[in-house]
Amino acid sequence: MAYSTEVIDHYENPRNVGTLDSKDDFVGTGLVGAPACGDVMKLQIKVNAQGVIEDAKFKTFGCGSAIASSSLVTEWIKGKTVEEASTIKNTTIAHHLALPPVKIHCSMLAEDAIRAAIQDFKGKQKAA
Amino acid sequence: MERPIYLDYQATTPCDPRVLQAMLPYFTAEFGNPHSRNHAYGWRAEEAVEAARMKVASLINADPKALIFTSGATESNNLAIKGVAHFYQEKKDHIITCATEHKCVLNSCRQLEQEGFKITYLPVDSNGLIDLNHLKEAITEKTVLVSIMAVNNEIGVIQPLAEIGKICRERGIFFHTDAAQAVGKIPMDVEAMNIDLLSISAHKLYGPKGVGALYVRRKPRVRIQSLINGGGQERGMRPGTLSPPLCVGLGEACAIASAEMPSEYARLKVLRDRFYHAIKTGLEEVYLNGDLEQRIPGNLNLSFAHVEGEGLMMGIKDLAVSSGSACTSASLEPSYVLRALGVEEEMAHTSLRLGFGRFTTEEEIDLAAQKIIKEVNRLREMSPLWEMNREGIDIKSIKWAAH
Repeated sequence: MAYSTEVIDHYENPRNVGTLDSKDDFVGTGLVGAPACGDVMKLQIKVNAQGVIEDAKFKTFGCGSAIASSSLVTEWIKGKTVEEASTIKNTTIAHHLALPPVKIHCSMLAEDAIRAAIQDFKGKQKAA
Repeated sequence: MERPIYLDYQATTPCDPRVLQAMLPYFTAEFGNPHSRNHAYGWRAEEAVEAARMKVASLINADPKALIFTSGATESNNLAIKGVAHFYQEKKDHIITCATEHKCVLNSCRQLEQEGFKITYLPVDSNGLIDLNHLKEAITEKTVLVSIMAVNNEIGVIQPLAEIGKICRERGIFFHTDAAQAVGKIPMDVEAMNIDLLSISAHKLYGPKGVGALYVRRKPRVRIQSLINGGGQERGMRPGTLSPPLCVGLGEACAIASAEMPSEYARLKVLRDRFYHAIKTGLEEVYLNGDLEQRIPGNLNLSFAHVEGEGLMMGIKDLAVSSGSACTSASLEPSYVLRALGVEEEMAHTSLRLGFGRFTTEEEIDLAAQKIIKEVNRLREMSPLWEMNREGIDIKSIKWAAH
């Protein structure tokens, strides 16, 4: 199967690989997927006092499309407010990366990862 | 672009140039129909086909008259299994096979199941081999055929053929083996192993694609019902005009394999061990799938924990390998062979099949090991599972949502 140049670019030069301190109240962590399904994404956001995502990091176990999807969304959500980030749709990710039908689930997982990270962040804020 | 290093010899092998040379005349000058009995064109083509049949037979210690040419191992397997089942269906209706067989064997059995036959799919142990006690227990008065592959196409393990053959012969049951991955790689002997039917594929042993053979024992005689009807060629078991160039190609491939097997076996084992050692020295948490000893030297199937197989293949694109992670397939299910060994799904997703063969060099092996180590390390740095593993978190303790 041929990969799009966007997928190859993100796979070979992934943006924002890494880990943020998950204990930090301003860090939200999303861990989605399952090892048995061959895809696991960990997406973390660091939100400032204005509600803007000032940093985002990811780690992904999966195929090139899964890695590219998560790398791409870390780029997209940086600088966005939490509300803006939560509107990112898997179809936009899939379209940007030119994912074939069999790889659409990778973009869905990336969307889920953003939501999970935001939910984790909001949960912490409520508790605080 | 320079071509990737070919490390997928279980998928197919390049046609040996010596094989091609032997084939060429039969496309042009020697174009006769080997079944034409009335002129020299036919006689010469027939001579070539019969000489090829001798060479194939000799490689497996068989009577040449007991060999028929087919289009490949898929056809041979279909013909052997369905052919025996249909011929003897009045008396017996039970077949024993195994969970890790090639799809063409499993699907032939599924077809027979729909027709009313009973099939036993033997499980395999974690090393990929069947348990002979399970085989003995599965045999009934109604068992007509045992079909167990010689060498597995994914994990390269060699089933205990002589032992299976002995059990079958004692119980008066036919023994068929899909030997597509074995012939030309390890010594095969239909007499010593009591094999009644044996499938061969030319392109797995440096011959052309589109031709194979089926051995059908004559003493004691095994009867099969043909899949197709025609003019009675190949003793009625496989009618249709034979292709002399393809038959000659298979024959030549067998002759070369016969002459070179001992030295090639030893050479590949050195290469395989060299590669495996380099990988095990360079990386932690790499697991071999399938038995190391009962295995052809040209195969390794390795799980690189916490790195997904398809993702890894993308990073080593200058190596032509295949993966047990079926992420490329529509089903998204990992390899059924690895699952049958009891390999956990998450580990099955991290597997690569590496196949070495006649044209593999030491330089290629070293380069391949180096590239794989580099890429596995890169991807592990990117893997949340590897991170958890390093932190001592058991990934099984996490409640994952299936998707």
